[in-house]
Amino acid sequence: MEDIIVSVAQRTLIAGTPLLLGTIGEVICERSGILNLGVEGVMSVGAVTAFIVTFYTQNPWLGLMAAILAGMMISVIHAFASVSLQSNQVVSGLALTMLGLGISGLAGKSYVGKPLTVKMNTFAVPYLADIPIVWKIFFDQSPFFYMALLLALAAWFTLEYTELGIKIRSAGENPKATEAQGVNVALIRYGCILLGGGFSGMAGANLSISYSKSWIEGMTAGRGWIVIALTIFALWNPMRAVIGAFLFGGIFVLQYLLQPLGISPNFLAMLPYLATLLVLLMIGLGDSKKLNAPAMLGEPYKRGER
Amino acid sequence: MAGISKFFHGIPANRDINLTIEAGEILGLLGENGAGKTTLMNILYGLYQPDTGEIRINSEVVRITSPLESINMGIGMVHQHFMLVDNHSAAENIALGYKKVPFFFPQKKIKEDIVAFSKKFNLEIDPLKKIWQLSAGEQQRVEIIKALFNGADLLILDEPTSVLTPQEAKDLFRVLRDMKRAGHLIILISHKLDEIMDLCDRVTVLQKGQIVGHADTVDVDKKTLARMMVGRDVIFDIQRDKIPPGSRVLHVSAVTVNSDKGYPAVKGVSFDIHKNEIFGIAGVSGNGQRELVEAITGLRKLVAGSISVNDKDITNQSPRKIYNSGVSHVPEERIKFGIAPGLYLYENSILKQHHLEQYSKNSLLAYGSIKSHAKSLVDAFQVLTPSIYVQTKDLSGGNIQKLILGREISHDPALLVAAHPTYGLDVGATEYLRKQLLKQRKAGGAVLLVSEDLEEIFELCDRIAIIFQGEFMGILNSDDPQMEDIGLMMAGSLRIKST
Ligand SMILES: Nc1ncnc2c1ncn2[C@@H]1O[C@H](COP(=O)(O)OP(=O)(O)OP(=O)(O)O)[C@@H](O)[C@H]1O
Ligand SMILES: [Mg+2]
Repeated sequence: MEDIIVSVAQRTLIAGTPLLLGTIGEVICERSGILNLGVEGVMSVGAVTAFIVTFYTQNPWLGLMAAILAGMMISVIHAFASVSLQSNQVVSGLALTMLGLGISGLAGKSYVGKPLTVKMNTFAVPYLADIPIVWKIFFDQSPFFYMALLLALAAWFTLEYTELGIKIRSAGENPKATEAQGVNVALIRYGCILLGGGFSGMAGANLSISYSKSWIEGMTAGRGWIVIALTIFALWNPMRAVIGAFLFGGIFVLQYLLQPLGISPNFLAMLPYLATLLVLLMIGLGDSKKLNAPAMLGEPYKRGER
Repeated sequence: MAGISKFFHGIPANRDINLTIEAGEILGLLGENGAGKTTLMNILYGLYQPDTGEIRINSEVVRITSPLESINMGIGMVHQHFMLVDNHSAAENIALGYKKVPFFFPQKKIKEDIVAFSKKFNLEIDPLKKIWQLSAGEQQRVEIIKALFNGADLLILDEPTSVLTPQEAKDLFRVLRDMKRAGHLIILISHKLDEIMDLCDRVTVLQKGQIVGHADTVDVDKKTLARMMVGRDVIFDIQRDKIPPGSRVLHVSAVTVNSDKGYPAVKGVSFDIHKNEIFGIAGVSGNGQRELVEAITGLRKLVAGSISVNDKDITNQSPRKIYNSGVSHVPEERIKFGIAPGLYLYENSILKQHHLEQYSKNSLLAYGSIKSHAKSLVDAFQVLTPSIYVQTKDLSGGNIQKLILGREISHDPALLVAAHPTYGLDVGATEYLRKQLLKQRKAGGAVLLVSEDLEEIFELCDRIAIIFQGEFMGILNSDDPQMEDIGLMMAGSLRIKST
């Protein structure tokens, strides 16, 4: 029994980690006022890049670096379209998703079914992991898990308590006033989109070189969309994203737990999305002031207009 | 600035403007609503790019392509439409543009400085309050502190005192004079000619985007300036005939309203307004005026008390029902609550009247009559606009105000609730508006006027209530000799039993 609990808890954290990484990135991006619906595609690009680089170099850390870089690079498209050209962010985000899925499918075609011989090994924190149960759950995890937690903390701190954070948030709330205060809104937004892309790339790497050690087309399986929902669930706060991501991780695990009980797999696959809807409904029915989305989220900002 | 021109959609807002300003000088920029003052200053500040012309600083040609560059050149600006982030605190707004802001914990670290700074200049603000919780007057204080805090060699002030009290304006001018003595350059835009006469060394007058005259303030008087601006004589003292008040229109009884933070902002206030009467509320902004107005117009829930219009109870009714009972509202924040900035002018001309029969039939808008209504408003209130097919945000500040006033007055409301109705209007338009209000009064209308401008209150109101921290310190007839003590009452140190 104890074993089951430990394993369920551990798998919950494992499943939640890529969601958390993606959500931190999307939170940063949206706080600067840019809606990025390309997460699913960027994640996929990250996954295939990490896999290929790890496959040839046998070094998962190089794979991770490459994935982050690839995520940032492909996100330039969205940054250029939404910031420089001020085009519709929904359209260019969706385009990014399709492009990313397409590219990764193409690039990864010949690697399907080839397993990696190395992967990002779990890292047991010395001493702490030796303590039974509770500690084993938290301190015998993949490096991705620790990184995600630290990055969430760092993102939250930066947004709330630094000068840079004020600039990012102001750009999302009122780009005109921000510009008038001598801040380069375009630069801030470019930076946040690229950073968000890096996080998505990292989340993809998490999937292909740690979560599993193989590549198959469509392995992101809608996680990019859950990230978008989680961003709202987290009310654009990286610390709340931690709670949300692991909650949803738990729902993923629940899918596998309930399947043997004869519940339709289709219904189970629906669970994360159902939970998302429920959460949004609950937030919406509550105090809508609390929803607090960045005021200018998704609105193209053009300089020199009233 | 030499040969500056700027066109919007082919229509000139500035044409061939040459402007010089020297160190240790305060230059006044005058002109009717829509003359192009804000546009010109936005060009200097780098928010707009001029279509022609160049800017020289110390006879060196500079290109200012963004506010960042102008700030680095030592230019600061107080914007007519406050450039503030609503969801952020005052401290965060000030930190955003502050050059010496620490990277970590900026809010905390500059909080004390802000408080000390604002005390020194008598422009008190609460750095932790969110902007959306502040009244227009308080927001203006934040906007000014923000610019002064950074320090600037050339400071541009675009209607900085439109919603300040006379005392606050005086304190601001003291600061500006000190800056001038220290060799700074200051450009002041204002429609209050007294301020211009008082503070400026020179004035430049704009008309329809062109410079039509310069003058040294020692050589001219108010009347001359007004004539230079409008091209005709403006009457500053309007005659208010004595009219006995008619039957009761508004009855406010022991009303208590909470602020956004949940504390009572209006505490058990009672008063009546009658037909043929203009009732003024004077006080320093942030003392409950906004909450009281919002309670009467249905934008805010009452905690206790009741309100009725023409003996019909409207307590906690929806704004629509209250509007249908004959209450019009000119809100204090025109961009946020007065118009839908992205909609066309003609659409904004019926913003609260779209459900009336003449504007919609069977759920479809009757665009024909809407547009002709919009045209008649534009004509009657002299809204300066290329056409009624422009987005309303593209109008100049004063012209937006004229549009709102026209919309709210045109349907002969039983009660007009007006907060700072002449906010940003030029002298000609102010004169026109005041006449309109008096006409309303004569025709049997009731008006509730909230203003920081005491002169305006004295000129228009039959009775005046003085508000301090959510309570009336007294309600006086405008000819009551005790009116001398209005300053004390506004500061809360004197309370007079109502007559
Ligand atoms: N971004 C813009 N797009 C279109 N038209 C504009 C824009 N900015 C200003 N205008 C137009 O330029 C003219 C000048 O406007 P401006 O705001 O400079 O006037 P102003 O002198 O500041 O008036 P006010 O006293 O009312 O503030 C107006 O007719 C206005 O409609
Ligand atoms: Mg202006």
